[in-house]
Amino acid sequence: MDMAATTLIRQHLIDPEICIRCNTCEATCPVGAITHDSRNYVVDASKCNMCMDCISPCPTGSIDNWRTLQRHAAYSVTEQLAWDTLPAELSAEQLADASAAQIPQPLESDVATAPAGDQSTLKGGSFGATIPPWSAAHAYTNLYGPKAPEHSIIATVVGNVRVTEVGTDYDTHHIVLDFGSMPFPVLEGQSIGIIPPGADAQGRPHHARQYSVASPRNGERPGYNNLSLTIKRVLEDHQGNAVRGVASNYMCDLRIGDKVHVIGPFGASFLMPNHPRSNIVMICTGTGSAPMRAMTEWRRRLRQSGKFDGGKLMLFFGARTKEELPYFGPLQNLPKDFIDINLAFSRTPGQPKRYVQHAMRERGADLAELLADPNTCIYVCGLKAMEEGVMLALQDVVSEAGMAWETLAAALKRQGRLHLETY
Amino acid sequence: MANIDYSEKIPNNVRLNEDRTLQRALEQWQPNYLNWWSDMGPDGSQGFDVYLRTAVSVDPQGWAQFGHVKMPEYRWGIFLNPADPARKIHFGDHMGENVWQDVPGEYRANLRRIIVTQGDTEPASVEQQRHLGLTAPSLYDLRNLFQVNVEEGRHLWAMVYLLHKYFGRDGREEGAALLERRSGQQDNPRILQAFNEETPDWLSFFMFTYFTDRDGKFQLCALAESSFDPLARTTKFMLTEEAHHMFVGESGVSRVIQRTCQIMNELRTDDPAKLRAAGVIDLPTIQRYLNFHFSVTIDLFGADQSSNAATFYSTGLKGRFEEGKRTDDHMLKHDSYKVLQVRGDALVEQEVPMLNALNEVLRDDYIKDSVGGVERWNKVIEKAGIAFRLKVPHKAFHRSIGTLADVKVAPDGRVVSEAEWNAKVNDWLPSPADRVFVASLMGRVVEPGRFANWIAPPVMGINRQPADFEYVRFN
Repeated sequence: MDMAATTLIRQHLIDPEICIRCNTCEATCPVGAITHDSRNYVVDASKCNMCMDCISPCPTGSIDNWRTLQRHAAYSVTEQLAWDTLPAELSAEQLADASAAQIPQPLESDVATAPAGDQSTLKGGSFGATIPPWSAAHAYTNLYGPKAPEHSIIATVVGNVRVTEVGTDYDTHHIVLDFGSMPFPVLEGQSIGIIPPGADAQGRPHHARQYSVASPRNGERPGYNNLSLTIKRVLEDHQGNAVRGVASNYMCDLRIGDKVHVIGPFGASFLMPNHPRSNIVMICTGTGSAPMRAMTEWRRRLRQSGKFDGGKLMLFFGARTKEELPYFGPLQNLPKDFIDINLAFSRTPGQPKRYVQHAMRERGADLAELLADPNTCIYVCGLKAMEEGVMLALQDVVSEAGMAWETLAAALKRQGRLHLETY
Repeated sequence: MANIDYSEKIPNNVRLNEDRTLQRALEQWQPNYLNWWSDMGPDGSQGFDVYLRTAVSVDPQGWAQFGHVKMPEYRWGIFLNPADPARKIHFGDHMGENVWQDVPGEYRANLRRIIVTQGDTEPASVEQQRHLGLTAPSLYDLRNLFQVNVEEGRHLWAMVYLLHKYFGRDGREEGAALLERRSGQQDNPRILQAFNEETPDWLSFFMFTYFTDRDGKFQLCALAESSFDPLARTTKFMLTEEAHHMFVGESGVSRVIQRTCQIMNELRTDDPAKLRAAGVIDLPTIQRYLNFHFSVTIDLFGADQSSNAATFYSTGLKGRFEEGKRTDDHMLKHDSYKVLQVRGDALVEQEVPMLNALNEVLRDDYIKDSVGGVERWNKVIEKAGIAFRLKVPHKAFHRSIGTLADVKVAPDGRVVSEAEWNAKVNDWLPSPADRVFVASLMGRVVEPGRFANWIAPPVMGINRQPADFEYVRFN
């Protein structure tokens, strides 16, 4: 889900007026981003990964300086070596001028342009809604970003745990970010942008990467201003070529107390219905489970407080193996009368490959019953490759139940009841 | 004191609990250390809660833990940087061999001497500074003094650990002697002269931590290159703490200068008498203090030509500053270096074999580093728009060690007669009157956020705490 480019970065700088050139930061930096000459100690923005290892060992505090800049105007090592004083922070006006050409908006706008009812390809984009369900809560969007008064917000990592079993090719982390006293309201299904530190091979600062929020609206911990993300390290691309995901590896390696630059929130349509008899069908693979976890948890909290009744939850969740399925343990602990869980594993040794669409077809009768109910909303999130299979399965389930797919599909889209987010 | 739980009381990464011999040795040494601390540690500091940085491990997260600590209960940890199993000796006659995890018999005496000399400086500086707590210009400064002191104490632990662990009975005796010598005492003084000088006032303290602790940095850097791996790893970690001491000095002098400049501009005068009357230290006095501490400190590097230095290097005991970054052959048998000689009434440079001049090499590296900081002080003066520059005196000025000890040299490098020296010495070095004046300004300020008149507040607090933070609680 990496999509949003930002032209602004927070650059890490050392104050030459306070620094005593003791070399502690250079000796501490694990990535060799700090260098010096006889005049100054400086941080190379293209190497610094903002791990913050250098911050506490510095005896002077000079190391803890940051400036917001356009990424192409980041201070070079040569420039910094010549400084006697730190340059002033750019004014809001200077930054506003700098951000004229800014972040492309998130995925929904692309989805909206696909022609409705085009069944020849069965691309999800043709069917997905661009408006939220009628009972969805109102979402705040783009509170922080290049066009907002605050270009980014700093969140503190307050949790980072691995949620898949150890020993598989990849690992998936559950990361909790805290916003302190800064407002960052989110709803289930929304996403946020993370700006990884450093720069790409061309020396340009990294684009922001988008991740779905995995926690409910009142926080990963209820009543706290925090949220969680589900992030899998990317070690190969969709074609299987080796590639090390910049943001996912940065995020998975974060430690408690680390600071992260965040923009967002994003998304105004992939939102859950609020009314008490609404049903939710969730279809996902891997980290596509993040928004599903958020919705499920919000429903669980409502149910626990006695504020919800009648609405059903049905989940189709695919992974290669049980071990790679995020939140497998907690999922198993949810009451059966609360959520109808259907798992599909494609790489269980000795078993035929099973994908989410297989599970959907197996549960066709129950699924069709939910689809026939106008109080049902459907959410699909995960790898692009799943999209066509899922749409075909939906079409078959609906047809086999004697309903007209075209009519239902049009209604789902028009009423904001079918939402797809694949990547 | 029989059963000390070392892993609890003394954070360490040297598996103290698994070495019974070492434990027994330290069990005997520790009560003596605590006695020494209560006798010779900071005056009147018992029972204070001080906002200290304590190391609990050597990784970036563990070595800088901040919190209020009761002074005598500071946890003097023993830390070695993580071992690199592939580390090779990278200079001298043993170049390319594996580093030593134990002391080679033939180098035992020399290594012990190096460790004892380094170890002796650590308690010495605590002794030199023990009365300063009574005249601290602010709680912030008082806290910094205590931080320096406890870390010097920890560095002593580091050296004593090496002596106990690797040098048997000799090591234990040397460890005991480290607690018996006293700075400035006639019959049993500290080994190096600079550590027998008084640190009577806070300007001296700042100059000491700027210049003399910087000597510590260079000595520790040279030892961090050592082929004796435990010494290299210990000193590498000590360097991270030494940085704070230099910070106290550099920022301390800088704040004194800043306050003086401020008053100079307010009163529109550079007249020392008027400035002194206004309660700040005039820039020429600061220059004289600088001259004194610089010249005393560069003596610490030893004689300009030294066969010991050559032996230490060739046998791999002690490298040069940043040995690994140098591109020569790391043997130095065919190289030469220029040292100063007196010929008639002039100083001339003379080429000598590099190996014999290694003290001078380290001294020159140190001088370069010191000059950088003095230039940063000049920036403060420049910023205030005042036409005055502080200057490091000539290398031959006021020396007591080596060939330059026998000659009188002015700060500008001119060889002068005994008569001229005597006539001008009070212009070049702090006179008794200067010291009396500076001492007269020293009065204790302990209200959070308040600073003595002669010094500016710091740019930022410790660990990003505000200037008015209660850095010390007197209980």
